[in-house]
Amino acid sequence: MGLRVNLWLGGVLFVAVVIAGVFAPWLAHTDPVLDANLMNAELPPGEEFWFGTDAQGRDIYSRVLYGARISLTVGIVSQLINTVIGVALGVSAGYWGGWWDDFVNGLTNMMLAIPSLIFALAIMAILSPGITSLLIALGLTNWSYTCRLSRASTLSLKSQGYVQAAKILGYGDARIMFTQILPNILGPIIVIGTLGMGGAVLAEAALSFLGLGIRPPYPSWGSMLSDARDQITTAPWISIFPGLAIFITVLALNLLGDGLRDILDPQSKARTA
Amino acid sequence: MLDLAPPTAAATAEPVLKIEDLAVHFPIGGFLSFGVQTVHAVDGVDMELRAGECLGLVGESGCGKSTLALAILGLQAPTRGRILLDGRDVSARGTDRRERARAAQMVFQDPYSSLNPRQSVRRTLEAPLKLHGITAKSEIDDRIAAVMRHVGLRPEQAARYPHEFSGGQRQRIGIARALILEPRIIVLDEPVSALDVSIRAQIINLLLELKETMGLSYIMISHDLGVVEHMSDRVAVMYLGRIVETGPWERIFTAPRHPYTRALIDAIPDPFGKGLGMRISGEIPNPLSPPPGCRFHPRCPEARDFCKVEPAPELEPVAGGHLVRCLRAGELARPAAGVSEAE
Amino acid sequence: MSGESLLEVENLGIDLKVEDRRYPAVKEVSFAIRRGETYGLVGESGCGKSITALALIGLLRPPLYIGGGTIRFKGQEIQAARAGVIRRLRGNSISMIFQEPMTALNPLSPVGRQIAEMFVLHKGATWKEAEKHAIEALAKVRVPAPDRRVKDYPHQLSGGMRQRVMIAIALACGPDLLLADEPTTALDVTVQAEILELIRDLSADIGTAVLMISHDLGLIANMCGRVGVMYAGRLVEERAADEIFRAPSHPYTAGLVASLPLLGARARHGRQRLQEIEGVVPAVTDFPTGCRFNPRCAARTDICIAEDPPETSLPQGGRVRCHHHA
Repeated sequence: MGLRVNLWLGGVLFVAVVIAGVFAPWLAHTDPVLDANLMNAELPPGEEFWFGTDAQGRDIYSRVLYGARISLTVGIVSQLINTVIGVALGVSAGYWGGWWDDFVNGLTNMMLAIPSLIFALAIMAILSPGITSLLIALGLTNWSYTCRLSRASTLSLKSQGYVQAAKILGYGDARIMFTQILPNILGPIIVIGTLGMGGAVLAEAALSFLGLGIRPPYPSWGSMLSDARDQITTAPWISIFPGLAIFITVLALNLLGDGLRDILDPQSKARTA
Repeated sequence: MLDLAPPTAAATAEPVLKIEDLAVHFPIGGFLSFGVQTVHAVDGVDMELRAGECLGLVGESGCGKSTLALAILGLQAPTRGRILLDGRDVSARGTDRRERARAAQMVFQDPYSSLNPRQSVRRTLEAPLKLHGITAKSEIDDRIAAVMRHVGLRPEQAARYPHEFSGGQRQRIGIARALILEPRIIVLDEPVSALDVSIRAQIINLLLELKETMGLSYIMISHDLGVVEHMSDRVAVMYLGRIVETGPWERIFTAPRHPYTRALIDAIPDPFGKGLGMRISGEIPNPLSPPPGCRFHPRCPEARDFCKVEPAPELEPVAGGHLVRCLRAGELARPAAGVSEAE
Repeated sequence: MSGESLLEVENLGIDLKVEDRRYPAVKEVSFAIRRGETYGLVGESGCGKSITALALIGLLRPPLYIGGGTIRFKGQEIQAARAGVIRRLRGNSISMIFQEPMTALNPLSPVGRQIAEMFVLHKGATWKEAEKHAIEALAKVRVPAPDRRVKDYPHQLSGGMRQRVMIAIALACGPDLLLADEPTTALDVTVQAEILELIRDLSADIGTAVLMISHDLGLIANMCGRVGVMYAGRLVEERAADEIFRAPSHPYTAGLVASLPLLGARARHGRQRLQEIEGVVPAVTDFPTGCRFNPRCAARTDICIAEDPPETSLPQGGRVRCHHHA
């Protein structure tokens, strides 16, 4: 079945990327930053340098492996921040309603009106470049979809008998949100989170490409691409491999997200998002 | 005047629930209080529920019976009036949710949406106990086992999840959840209408047994007048937010005075006959602008000109415990059987 | 079955296909409806009453398939008829109303237009004539101020009014047969009474036969001439409506009648404990062997588990499918 192919292919690719990142020190052939050797500059892929070398003569294979660490950290952590913010705002807005709901709705609409990458760019321009700043910039700018989804799901669950029953049994609001509502909306939130992670990986690459994310010489895929701009015709491998890494990671996360949706969120099977 | 109510314990006991002039109004539409209209969902209801009694609450959808139930359970803040549970005013602000939980619980209509699909039955029953300060594992186990047996389930079935049960069994779990805190009052919201017809008798019998053995008091909302007649000790008929007739079940079903009550009873298809009795036409008017005078007059087959003007009729006693809100209640004292010919 | 039968269903089977297995959701159901007659099918959820109706107008959708038997409408076999033939019957000769009219009405089109469409489609009327017919049709279903109501969209109407519109659409072309699947279940009893009377009066005027489907045995007994009781995909009993409550023959029907808290029973006889039917309604994938009611039946013997009971004609009229019928 097509649905399961999504899940399996996405899962396998994603696990491969995770392994690459986690075991980079063992898998890499050289140090990604220090082992520069201009004697080896711009060598095409071969036996010694599987993916070739860049302008400073660093091993692209090793740098791509280490780049996975940065991409995954930024993707996972920033998306976790987004999810926590989105769920907290969305569930509480949906549950309590009233002025708080109006306020959260206004905030969400504002966030949706500003392209999140531009917003992140602005934050990065204020903060100094670096991984912490990236996490803040990407973690604060992409929660609106999660928030909308949580709010809508909460609204529909709020009238369910078991939520009413919990109120009648004397449960506090926070307890109801955590024990009655959250477990029942988790499926779609995980799906959105996974898809959002792919977006965060792309955003990190874009910011780093623009020089606002991870600064050289640290091996972020985005900054590697940025560095490779001038050699794209003469030494295409310098940009191809980090580009391929981004492509595979984002593809893996999107396939995984789609696959999870089919399992966790059976209602959405009919619609194709 | 002859009171048909049998001298049961219910008739003499003091009320466990007393509702005084309760009103729930909802603001509708408008922006920043401009053009806001008010729906009078419940509009001045006085009601008593005595210990061990089942009070049937009937009326068309939109009559306010569900809003009234939610107000009793504390899910809907009243606009005015008081709700006294065992003599204590629980409608005041700042009343502890948990204290009210121990006094009144609810059984829901839909046994599917009323159980959390991600919680085992045990968790559904255990969490409220812990919340209410019962933490000893042995006591929790004992109380869960006892309540499971009371509703006709085996204690070991508590380890299962809702989807492993049939509709009737789910409703038993819903009843167990309502019983776990040992409340005095249980609100039954259409307790059997979502169940298969061949399962309903099981639940109706169970509810009646529990009422006897545990001394429970019920407020039962139902549109099935057969179920209401079978289960209720007293009945209250609501129309547009007000009680229009209330009394012992025999009076309501054999000698109804209000034309609306008669219409509700006559609307039930008689399985032994053909055709339907007296009918009222039209539907509940827009509650935003209830008609002047008697609110039922636009649909009432017995309405006269004086029914259309203020003041609205009051709920007046016609016999022991039997009250009717009708200007013509005195003239309309005919047996129900005659009503169908009166068309 | 007599020659004046409008609809004859013989040994109808409907299969539920799950992966590669076929489950008999409806098995060997036979009944006939005469011209102008009101016939009731009563049963609980999952008994197959609604899918039987859908099969009659070719609206079964996968995973449900006709598994056997014949459906004859005015003498013509239609169970395997081509889509075009059925489509011409639908709306014109056979029409249907559902429990929730909102799902059957087009939310984006005024109700008057939806009624008018029937006249254009099936009677070849021009839109102008059809609009006039639509107003008349709304008046017939006793909608107040029909000339203004035709412009309303479905969401502007109450549940009762929407059901009236559905009835107007269904009866627009004066069909020979109206299938009414739980037409009043979602409505208040007062509105139900009006809708039932409307169906009764209009079908009598036009001479339309009605197949009334409901879980409410009292309603069916009141509305219909003859009643078929379905349980777990089988027609277990067919009787005249006025006998079904007085002298039910199948243990399921008898159990059902004894389990109902009928209005007035307590006033006459005092409160009697309701008779319970043990067990649960089986799922389609889980129908028992032998008599499908046997696990819940108080009169069960070995033969009920071993053998599917044959259909027996009753001396007092009617049919029953039980080894130990009364």
